[in-house]
Amino acid sequence: MPTEAAPPRSDEHRITVLGAGTMGAGITSLALGHGVPVTLVDVDQAALDRARARIDHQKRVAQLMGAVPEGAAPGELSTTTSLDSTADATVVVEAVTEQYDLKSVLLTEVGARTKPGTVLITNTSSIPVDDLAGYLARPGELVGTHFMNPPYLIRTVEVVQGPRTSQHVLDVLDDLLRTLRRESVVVSDAPGFVTSRLLHPMINDAARVVQEGTASAEDVDVLMVGCLGHRTGPLRTADMIGLDNLVDSLWVLHERTGDERCRPCDLLLKKVEAGDHGRKSGRGFFTYERTEQLS
Amino acid sequence: MTTPAQTPQSRGEIEAGLIAFLEGRTRVSWDEDVDLFATGGLSSMFAMELVVHLEQTYGVSIRGGDLKLDNFRTVRTMAGLVRRLKTDKDTDG
Repeated sequence: MPTEAAPPRSDEHRITVLGAGTMGAGITSLALGHGVPVTLVDVDQAALDRARARIDHQKRVAQLMGAVPEGAAPGELSTTTSLDSTADATVVVEAVTEQYDLKSVLLTEVGARTKPGTVLITNTSSIPVDDLAGYLARPGELVGTHFMNPPYLIRTVEVVQGPRTSQHVLDVLDDLLRTLRRESVVVSDAPGFVTSRLLHPMINDAARVVQEGTASAEDVDVLMVGCLGHRTGPLRTADMIGLDNLVDSLWVLHERTGDERCRPCDLLLKKVEAGDHGRKSGRGFFTYERTEQLS
Repeated sequence: MTTPAQTPQSRGEIEAGLIAFLEGRTRVSWDEDVDLFATGGLSSMFAMELVVHLEQTYGVSIRGGDLKLDNFRTVRTMAGLVRRLKTDKDTDG
């Protein structure tokens, strides 16, 4: 039986991030800014090329906002279309599209390559961690870590401990998050955990309010910010999440909870169908300049 | 076509250009000393747009310790930064 590797020292982390989309790029920028080397993997070479430009931009945004440690040498970035680098990683972060089949197939492949003791993180926003852990030969190695967008600026992450997640994995993750200067709150496994379970139906309701003509997207956000003290309005938050991801996540929540508030409203579905996916595409409920699309 | 080399050089002209840019983007009027993010209410994410605008318009490169929010708080601090970077560039080369 293979023995479990000793936990990596804080300065020995090597992260492989799977998926060069919005979250994959953002998590990569966070790690690089804190001196941790990252291998970014995607099946699409063009997506990797786009991610490189985006990560360069995000590293500058992080510096501008004072969100990287002063004087720290940045981690080195490599990109590849192969999963081989997962064998040498201390931590593998899965950040692919929010689709159960895609994530389960990928985790099966990755779990067959990693060394025992490697921490596998899923950045799912809604799928229960234990459902995905079932695809691994060592299910205790999977933990949910729900970074918010943009991960290199938001200091708090939601950690999801599945019923089989091992203490070793939680300890290594805790050390990594300390290296990345993130605060974490550990919650139990459930569809949407805490943040998505509360936020996504609320955003769906906000979109429904616009759909029904009660108020414009601008006015909904102004009210939630001005009257209720939200830092960002729900519809601008939706644009930041990505409306396509939001709809995927709402379907997962709807299917697993039966809550009708989680059935994506027509306005959200229409926007996704039209390609208005939010900030990353330049338009969602609001419009965005090129600089904002990269951030 | 306007190139960086042909753009206005004086501090006052840079400030006027920046105010025009801000007013075009935000549809409200601005003074040179208003803190864009604190009293002005702009999102700090907008600061990166200002960085890119300054680099493209004035042909400067904003790197290292200059890349901090305080340098972009007011039109006056931004114009000062551009003037300094342009002077450094001319001296260097």
